[in-house]
Amino acid sequence: MKQSRFLAVFAALVYAFLHVPLLILCAFSFNSSRFTVWEGFSLAWYRAMFGDAQLGEAAWNSLVIALASTVLATAIGTLCAYGLWKRGSKWLSGSLYLSLVTPEIVTGISLLAFFQWVFRYLQIQLGMHTVILAHVAFSIAYVLLVVMARLRTAEPALEDAALDLGANEWQAFRLVTLPMLQPGIIAAALLAFTVSFDDYVITSLVAGVDSETLPMVLYAMARRGANPVVSAISAVIFLGFGALILLSERMQKR
Amino acid sequence: MNRLRAIFLAPSAAFTVVLFLIPLSIIVGYSFHTRGVYGGVTAPWTTENYQRLFDPLYGIILWRSLVMSTAATVLCLLIAFPLALFIARAGERAKSIYLYLVILPFWTSFLVRTYAWMFLLRDTGLINSVLLSLKIINEPLPLLYNETAVVVGLVYGYLPFAVLPLFSNLERLDKNLMEAAADLGATPWNSIRHVVLPLCAPGMRAAAVLVFIPCLGAYLTPDLLGGGKSIMIGNLIQNQFTTARDWPFGSAISLALMALVMILLTTLLKQDGEEAL
Repeated sequence: MKQSRFLAVFAALVYAFLHVPLLILCAFSFNSSRFTVWEGFSLAWYRAMFGDAQLGEAAWNSLVIALASTVLATAIGTLCAYGLWKRGSKWLSGSLYLSLVTPEIVTGISLLAFFQWVFRYLQIQLGMHTVILAHVAFSIAYVLLVVMARLRTAEPALEDAALDLGANEWQAFRLVTLPMLQPGIIAAALLAFTVSFDDYVITSLVAGVDSETLPMVLYAMARRGANPVVSAISAVIFLGFGALILLSERMQKR
Repeated sequence: MNRLRAIFLAPSAAFTVVLFLIPLSIIVGYSFHTRGVYGGVTAPWTTENYQRLFDPLYGIILWRSLVMSTAATVLCLLIAFPLALFIARAGERAKSIYLYLVILPFWTSFLVRTYAWMFLLRDTGLINSVLLSLKIINEPLPLLYNETAVVVGLVYGYLPFAVLPLFSNLERLDKNLMEAAADLGATPWNSIRHVVLPLCAPGMRAAAVLVFIPCLGAYLTPDLLGGGKSIMIGNLIQNQFTTARDWPFGSAISLALMALVMILLTTLLKQDGEEAL
């Protein structure tokens, strides 16, 4: 169909709105001045970023939390999707959808209240473990959504055939359905990783003193005022996620 | 089959009960309690926390949240519909690139995207320094820390949520309908207005819900772009749980927010059935 010129111009403007702010931010991370006037190319802010021990620790924490919660949530969510595909469970899928539409701040404070309540009886404190548990809890629904979409295109008769040919139920799942789900599982894991790595609202409420994450440090820096180091971190995160998406597209096409 | 299924569902069921349903029930319980002297939660049971929601002091924050979320949603729909139409009309290869470009910023950290707007809008930000150096203005414009900045941030953050459902709605439309409209003498504008737009109602509803709900519960955007004067429900809840240390009232606000979300979901999506989720 012929594109109207008005639509093309409009679309170009929207794309500019979406991308120019991030590109400008990345560009100014190479500015030698601390102010928003271009004075020359410099890697000073990147040096400052890599030299910052607190930042390094936070990035490491974020990575550990994101990896741990991704592995757990992807496994649990995939099994859940498969179980619900076999036969639905109103209360479970209903609760998981509810968790998906629950505002982050509400999830965060309810987990905080829950942990405080539990800790009154057990001598544990907020820390990495509470953050990982919280992240697994909110990521399962995302994994379920993505894997379920893949399962909807699956053919149940294939498993029946495997069962007829002498496979047991576990083998039918492991050898027939699971390989077919692989692209969906990769996409789900990627989504779980990004939501975990990016989360600030829930994390900041359930984190302890030893579990400060990258978004928490970024938030504190952003609130304090203009800081080119934040631009440098932003550029690295932007590129990192971009590379991750491209990589996963490649893996899924193979 | 039943045993394997039960084993497969057990971990997710355990996580959902322990880390979602029980915490939510605790909040429900707290919302009917009284704030303790040192910020704890104590007896007696009361509905006072819910009555306080109608106190003008807090009512204005609820009202502002609704107004700003509505503004952001309307803007998102106005921007997303023409863009989705443009993408749907593109060739197969171009289509996937255009879609990728819509989703790309969404994969970047939300915090980074919000910071990008702080960088542009603050007093010493890019827009003000460019305007100052061009001598168009003599002192910086107060662009950051107001309601407009929050709405811009919300639109920026959730625009992809509006484009995707509208695009998939437009993709499913029968192209013959538009050709028929053209054959019968409709101008492009009229065929969009009278043929495409009415058929996009389900996509519009889905887009509106997908944008409005996260806007209503927004925390980071009003916190970073709005400053102290433009806080929304999310900030009020966070405030009750941290500085104000009034957990019962914070719980009541949270449940009011949940109720709003549920009402929206059920009324707006009823026509489309559960699949729309």
